[in-house]
Amino acid sequence: MSIVEFESVTYRYPGRARPALDGVSLNIEPGQLVVIAGASGSGKSTLLRAVSGLVPHFHGGEFSGRVQVAGQDTRSSGPGELATEVGTLFQDPETQVVMGTVRAELAFPLENQGWGQAAIARGVEEAALALAIEGLLDRSTAELSGGELQRVALGATLAGRPKVVCLDEPTSQLDPVAGDELIGLLRRLNEDGDLTVLLAEHRLERCLGTADRVVAMSAGRVAFDGSPEGFLGWAMKTAPALATPGARLLSGLGLPPVPGVKRARSALRQRGLEPDSGSFSTRGKQKGSQSAQTALKFDRVWHEIKEGPAILRSLSLVAKNGERIALMGRNGAGKSTLLRHAAGLMKPTRGKIQTSGRVALLLQNPTDYLVHDTVAQEAPAAALKRFGLAGFESWHPRDLSGGEKQRLALAIVIGEDTPAVLALDEPTRGMDRHFKHELAELIKTIDATVIVATHDPEFAAAFADRVVLLADGRVIADGMTSEILSGGTYFATETARILGGAGGALLPEQGIALLASTPTATPA
Amino acid sequence: MTYRARASPLHAARAAAALLWCLALVVAALVQSNPIVLGSVVLAILAGGVAAGVRRDLLRALRLALPLAITIAVINALVSRNGLTVIWRLGDLPVLGQTDVTLEATVYGGILGLRAAALVLCGALYTLAVDPDNVLRLFRRFSFRSALTATIATRLVPVLLRDSRRLAEAQRCRPGPPPGRLELMRATTAGVFDRSLDVAAALEVRGYGAARRPPRGSGAPWSRHDLAFAASGVAVIVVAVASRAAGLAPFTAYPSLRLGAGPGVWALAAALSLLALAPFADRRGIER
Repeated sequence: MSIVEFESVTYRYPGRARPALDGVSLNIEPGQLVVIAGASGSGKSTLLRAVSGLVPHFHGGEFSGRVQVAGQDTRSSGPGELATEVGTLFQDPETQVVMGTVRAELAFPLENQGWGQAAIARGVEEAALALAIEGLLDRSTAELSGGELQRVALGATLAGRPKVVCLDEPTSQLDPVAGDELIGLLRRLNEDGDLTVLLAEHRLERCLGTADRVVAMSAGRVAFDGSPEGFLGWAMKTAPALATPGARLLSGLGLPPVPGVKRARSALRQRGLEPDSGSFSTRGKQKGSQSAQTALKFDRVWHEIKEGPAILRSLSLVAKNGERIALMGRNGAGKSTLLRHAAGLMKPTRGKIQTSGRVALLLQNPTDYLVHDTVAQEAPAAALKRFGLAGFESWHPRDLSGGEKQRLALAIVIGEDTPAVLALDEPTRGMDRHFKHELAELIKTIDATVIVATHDPEFAAAFADRVVLLADGRVIADGMTSEILSGGTYFATETARILGGAGGALLPEQGIALLASTPTATPA
Repeated sequence: MTYRARASPLHAARAAAALLWCLALVVAALVQSNPIVLGSVVLAILAGGVAAGVRRDLLRALRLALPLAITIAVINALVSRNGLTVIWRLGDLPVLGQTDVTLEATVYGGILGLRAAALVLCGALYTLAVDPDNVLRLFRRFSFRSALTATIATRLVPVLLRDSRRLAEAQRCRPGPPPGRLELMRATTAGVFDRSLDVAAALEVRGYGAARRPPRGSGAPWSRHDLAFAASGVAVIVVAVASRAAGLAPFTAYPSLRLGAGPGVWALAAALSLLALAPFADRRGIER
């Protein structure tokens, strides 16, 4: 018997003309790990919210059809009743952690279910041990990092031992290390506890290797439902924006796409397409030449918090005019602090910062910039035109899509005069591959030094000619993109991981060119 | 100034015991007027803060409490018409009229200020050392929904503070003149609405909508610190109230000062301090 059943479900949010779910019929079997794929606005989140009962009970709107979860009809059981069967984890850990300490947070759903003291204590211990957060139990939730908070929120989701968990882009705010850890953890819980996992993600390369099944959504409908291999084949033909870099690499070489780095490598090996590991060479060259003028200079900059840690530790960095730099590193490495210093929002406690002109900074949340009633009031007409927002002047800024808001925020910070330096802090958070591609192309058109803090190696490879890797407030690696992003595991593109860093190839097209020129290559 | 789990006997005590202990100090500060005894209560609160490892935050609270205490003392000295010993004739002042500052009104103002400082410090010590989640859990037995509403409000405060900091930073990144206050206020309000919806959705999926009253049953066993702070709290209340009823530490401000300062008063002051601070002597099992 299926644990989740959708029967011809159509749902429309209040005041919306288009349905968010349109005739969805779907059965999920117990113990499956299902990845929900799709572009932004395709209905992934709504599908998960229908499973947890938030649709329609919390959001309202028009609902037809039937959703059954563990035998309960969501029309008669609200999210509170369903919480015993379904755990839900959203994107933003800050708003879903509601208690002051980790222990209280894990106990909260159990208390709501009316568990006794002893059962709660045991449930909390087990959830903490399963997620390896037992050391955090008595910590204040206000002190935790984003990755720790997301783990705690997952712990609270799992503490009541639900049969199904719905996760809505749980890794979007995490660095690659924490993101991979979370996906690995989900797989383990799925295998050990027979937990049914519904996981909506944009970074499919991160999770397809662990999935049993993929459901792709498009305009509120199920566009594909099948195995990860089948999905990649379908995506290559029908929805290329959903295809992973690995799939594009294999397809470009005439091989059927497979999920996961290990399987992709094996597929290449079987065809004799092994790049020569000794042929590593750096590709491309940095845009800002040695003779170019300095646009931004950090000279042994420290940022030390009073009665707290040092966030930047004698950091030195020079950005030349016209360079496009990706700033990478784990959460807490100092990326955002560096950008804030560059824009003058913070002052160094020691050291000097020099800039050749204005530094425009786009912070993580573009909505923070939108304070007026119309798009026209937010930014000059020329800037709106430049960022493709001509025609939107009379719109309310909050009615724009995610990508449009991002472009509007860019238009606001850039204004009428191009700045000397444009700094962007995590601009691809929660964005689909299409938006990322659009943003990378947009960045390339801006005639300024561009520095982008990002966790996304694929995005960095798409726009940057230099990567600076930070750890613990220091620069630990600084070099050409092809050199930095092909030499590791976490801060590497999928293509680079499949090819083991050979040839410095980062993008599928580069990998195809590299393998096609390898003497051992056997044509497919 | 927020609660953080620390290795101290007060932090190790359950919320009910720690709350009772803080309340006992408040009661002592409210029922005692003798400056020697009141001073000993303030010292006990400060010493308790040091023993609980929150000295720095408590001193910050003291910096807020002192101006408040001085303001209260000055206002009482200026507006009170009681007291026989005039120490300063200010003449005819606007609003206040004929103003003579008396010794009695000044001293009584000082007592009121000291009491206010004791209450502020006690509130600060409670905030710093008593787990709010456990306090709310304690009150859920009586009013479940109200306690939960308080939880949500408490949780939203730091989230909204971070949001407003982010919004302010974003506005600093705009070239040209900054947007007006009205626009900012509207944006902030819209943000609050979005955030509260997010928090409400999170609460729904954690089962808040169908929350059941927890079953009555044996909770965690009372630790040595639970017992010590509960006993200390009861003892402080009993001694403070009984000594007041028995008139052991007399103090009268008006019409002329009458202050008891004999050995009995000093003994009472020492007893209250010792009773309040005794639970801090046992530092076994305080690490969590």
